[in-house]
Amino acid sequence: MGIPGSWRLRNQRLSLVGEVCHTCGNKIFPPRDVCPHCAREAQHAFQFSGRGEVYSFTTVFNPPAGFEEYAPYTVALVKLEEGPIVTAQLTDVEPERVAIGQPVEMVTRKLRDDGHAEVISYGYKFRPRITTD
Amino acid sequence: MRGVSIIGVGQTPVGEHWERSLRHLAYEAVAAAMKDAGIEGAHAMYVGNMLSGEISGQSHLGALIADFCGLRGIEAVKVEAACGSGAAAVRMGYLAVASGAHDLVICVGVEKMTDDVGSKLTAALAQAADADYEVAHGVTFVGLNALLMRRYMHEYRVRHEDFAGFAINAHANAVGNPNAMFRKAITLEDFKGADMIADPINLLDSSPMADGAAAVVLCPTEQAHAFRGKPVRIAGSALATDCLSIHDRHDPLWLQAAEDSARRAYAQADITPADVDLFELHDAFTIMSALSLEACGFAERGKGWQLAVDGEIRPSGRIPICTMGGLKARGHPVGATGVYQIVEAVLQLRGEAGACQIHNARVAMTQNIGGSGATIITHILEVQE
Repeated sequence: MGIPGSWRLRNQRLSLVGEVCHTCGNKIFPPRDVCPHCAREAQHAFQFSGRGEVYSFTTVFNPPAGFEEYAPYTVALVKLEEGPIVTAQLTDVEPERVAIGQPVEMVTRKLRDDGHAEVISYGYKFRPRITTD
Repeated sequence: MRGVSIIGVGQTPVGEHWERSLRHLAYEAVAAAMKDAGIEGAHAMYVGNMLSGEISGQSHLGALIADFCGLRGIEAVKVEAACGSGAAAVRMGYLAVASGAHDLVICVGVEKMTDDVGSKLTAALAQAADADYEVAHGVTFVGLNALLMRRYMHEYRVRHEDFAGFAINAHANAVGNPNAMFRKAITLEDFKGADMIADPINLLDSSPMADGAAAVVLCPTEQAHAFRGKPVRIAGSALATDCLSIHDRHDPLWLQAAEDSARRAYAQADITPADVDLFELHDAFTIMSALSLEACGFAERGKGWQLAVDGEIRPSGRIPICTMGGLKARGHPVGATGVYQIVEAVLQLRGEAGACQIHNARVAMTQNIGGSGATIITHILEVQE
């Protein structure tokens, strides 16, 4: 992804900012402007806590172009405390010790270093939860 | 709306066609379908394809393929819906004939995957998913299916080997299909010992990348007997969409677009799942077979795998699937696959499926899936008296 795209997504990638629907109250991530639950307009920013649990996971051994140097890595569906599920990499974990239901929390990490475009993308990954409330 | 029938079919073998380009493959399938129908021209062409721009550096396939097939001047356009492109093109052809806009329409699915290999092809296929919120995190297409399969196994307490029957059935059926990529039976031991790709998905859960093209010729049902072939009627045709990302689904383990498109197709054809004699489903990965059978009403939620364990999906079973090898063993040239499924269903209904023939097949269903379930096209075909 180029510089404009990375810049556009900075609030989502770096801060996990989504939306809340003022009609039905559901929290939404990624932001999409129309609530997927009630189909009303939903453009009110909402800051997610970054806490959630592993809903499913896999280890990628055959990465797509641009991710070769990171393989193998673990990708998960993380169910956030506030409801939505996000797709993200897990970090600071041994793949064989990951389990469905495991508590995790968001951290900011390098997603990809695109040498040709001279863009380093940063964004959310999730690690086993070590902070307390 | 007019009734629509299929009066001609054509296909190339599925495989690694190093000698043949995208346009040559498409021509071969179109020429075979036109010969089968006994026609020398057509009014429109819809080309199903996913990857031509990415892999072959070639967009604008409608004009390219129509001209290359000797049909310069006709209406022609490419239809893209990721791995669902093929059946989506047939759906557009169906609408063109049903609406009265055109009388003679060719739908061709073509994919040339071997012009690139490795991580670039993996990245191109991942474009079926959400670029900003899935692919940017390094997830692959296999990876997305692995996320579904792991959750399915967890939620319904299913073992990996319970999916083996899907791959074993597909390979056994492909032995009798001269156009299949892998005409070789496999065993449970082969399945259990296959190399891991994205845990829990291994090599034998997965359909192979391949080159290939398949084509059908459509015309109004009332005119179908004027052509030389044995016509097959499109009794139901429906396309439904869902959110692009698995993480946005209300229930990741439910193919809502499969349920929606199947329900509409059943209603249009005035049948129930019990009336279906064979089902060409989208077994890109074994997990998708289970999810598709459940969403289309052939199994309870969480029980699709049971049909494989019980042998009900075999040619002699209650609902034969992948009767000519499916995506798993016939091969999965992504944008062509949906047309291959329809060509195979037509051969079954004409009684021309050779060693793969399902006895007395009268009603066939096909289902082509784009991405992990975001575009799903269901067709129901019937013998035309």
